[in-house]
Amino acid sequence: MSETTTAKHVSFLEYKGKYKGILGWIFSTDHKRVGLLYLYTMLVFFSIAAILGLLMKIQLIAPGYTIMGPQTYNSMFTVHGIIMIFIIVVPGLPAVFGNFFLPLMIGAKDVAFPRLNLASWWIYIIGILVVLSSQFLGGWPDTGWTFYAPYSFRTPANVLPALFGAFILGFSSILTGINFVVTIHRMRAPGMTWLKMPLFPWTLYATAWIQVLATPVIGITLLLTVMERVLGVGVFDPALGGDPILYQHLFWIYSHPAVYIMILPGMGAISEILPVFSRKSIYGYKAIVLSSLAIAFVGYFVWGHHMFTSGMSGRALYAFSFLTFLVAIPSAIKVFNWVATIHKGSLNLQTPFYWATSFIFVFMIGGLTGLVLGSLATNVHVHDTHFVVAHFHFIVFGGTGYAFMAALHYWFPKMFGRMYDASWANIGWATFFGGFLTLYLPMFALGLQGMPRRYYDYLPEFHTGNIISSLGAILMIAGALIVITNLVRSSRHGEKVTGKNPWGGRTLEWESDTPPTLENWDEIPKVTEGPYDYK
Amino acid sequence: MSEEKHHISSYKSHLFVLLALFVLTGASVAVTSLEMGPFNTLVAMLIAGGKAAIVLIWFMHLKFDNKLYAIFTTFVLVIFLLVLYVTFFDYSYR
Ligand SMILES: [Cu+2]
Repeated sequence: MSETTTAKHVSFLEYKGKYKGILGWIFSTDHKRVGLLYLYTMLVFFSIAAILGLLMKIQLIAPGYTIMGPQTYNSMFTVHGIIMIFIIVVPGLPAVFGNFFLPLMIGAKDVAFPRLNLASWWIYIIGILVVLSSQFLGGWPDTGWTFYAPYSFRTPANVLPALFGAFILGFSSILTGINFVVTIHRMRAPGMTWLKMPLFPWTLYATAWIQVLATPVIGITLLLTVMERVLGVGVFDPALGGDPILYQHLFWIYSHPAVYIMILPGMGAISEILPVFSRKSIYGYKAIVLSSLAIAFVGYFVWGHHMFTSGMSGRALYAFSFLTFLVAIPSAIKVFNWVATIHKGSLNLQTPFYWATSFIFVFMIGGLTGLVLGSLATNVHVHDTHFVVAHFHFIVFGGTGYAFMAALHYWFPKMFGRMYDASWANIGWATFFGGFLTLYLPMFALGLQGMPRRYYDYLPEFHTGNIISSLGAILMIAGALIVITNLVRSSRHGEKVTGKNPWGGRTLEWESDTPPTLENWDEIPKVTEGPYDYK
Repeated sequence: MSEEKHHISSYKSHLFVLLALFVLTGASVAVTSLEMGPFNTLVAMLIAGGKAAIVLIWFMHLKFDNKLYAIFTTFVLVIFLLVLYVTFFDYSYR
């Protein structure tokens, strides 16, 4: 690295590299700066997609036309989905906290391929720009983020930029995965054996393998859809002898494992936070490691549960239902481990702990309603209803989103060298949590009543549930605003943190300076103990 | 990284890989003329798998590298085969 010669003990936020100002960030190969680049990018796009979500909820506050018509609504849920999935939660924790903390937690100076790491962010930005170019190249798609065949190549709406952009975003994900696999294999500090590695890097490792192996499948699927639309090759088009169910197979061969790309690092972050705020070592370290690997492995073979009503063969239905129930086991193991970790701990009730425990709560609701969807008989009734929407928001937003906020509040003092205002953080969390439950819980009921998803209008009998849900959305956005404002403000004006270890964590990142220096360590640390030795 | 020796392949082995790929490509074209029902797909997949194996083992040096790489590659291929198997499992019972 060319930036290495600058003085030691200057934090990564302040050192002067080859470039000045913003160029010193967007051309920096420092893993910490790359992590923050991702964080800021995600913050911008999360805000946009959250506003789209809020607008949809306002549309649904009353039946009929409230603020938008059907075509606008269709584009809104599509763009909301594309941004939230491909730009926010798939890169999510690995891109932000993985980049920032993986090298710190395993005692390395950077990731294995720093330039590739920066390139991943640039590819990510290019992918985003290609998606956004829809605005100028003929409007927004209306297919939903799933781009299901044959609609995705028959619709008059403009889907090509979105398809191609999602394709490009996949490369960013693959390169991050390769980088982390190599980093974890080659760059652990002396003494850090595999079973002395903290759990967050472990989940990053499992995730990285999914990123490398599953993402190419979505890449080729999206490209085939482009070819189908432009050239009419007939792989998915039944009129040309193709099979639209093949599209669903290929799409979900990636997109189910992608759910684990989203949630596994979140589980890892939760496994870091709970021991620190319970002052107790993690319960069942090996069980958590093994269940992470088991989730990553079994998670490859459950994708058919998205297609129970699509016309698969009966035997495939049984097989996928069985495998889906199987993958619930390692997730449940983790929940038992977390609860057992808190049990009889001396709890330190701080904001990260609130986010982490509410994570367990909403993740359980999401997981158990997932079983309703995984069993064949009930799935037929709630398929494509608001029940499904509520379920995956509990997992993807409730799971990954809460874990992200828990991680952000946990590592914030290390990242910025400043502390946020704890009471505003708690008020924000409480408002958000209340709003979240008010928003999504009624949607389970609406789904069971039979309200389909992806419609801008509904029958009068669904009105009550929708009013509650829409009010919840407003409350949740208010909570999110409090949380984000507090964090953004505190990153510049918060109280300075000078100690290395404000929470009393035992993992390596708390032994680095606050905020860390360019190369993290004057001397690579030697590891002798396990990561969670509290007693 | 210094502990790893680099194996240099001869032109002969590269030529062998190239010829094998040509022959197998010819074979996969040739089998399309045989009527084997669903086994047409299976045979085409097996030939393609053979080609991939030749490329991986000789051209990409798996044979001469650290065993760890071979183990990982095999593991990945097993996952891939299982994914294929599960997909075709659906099709074969439709
Ligand atoms: Cu799934």
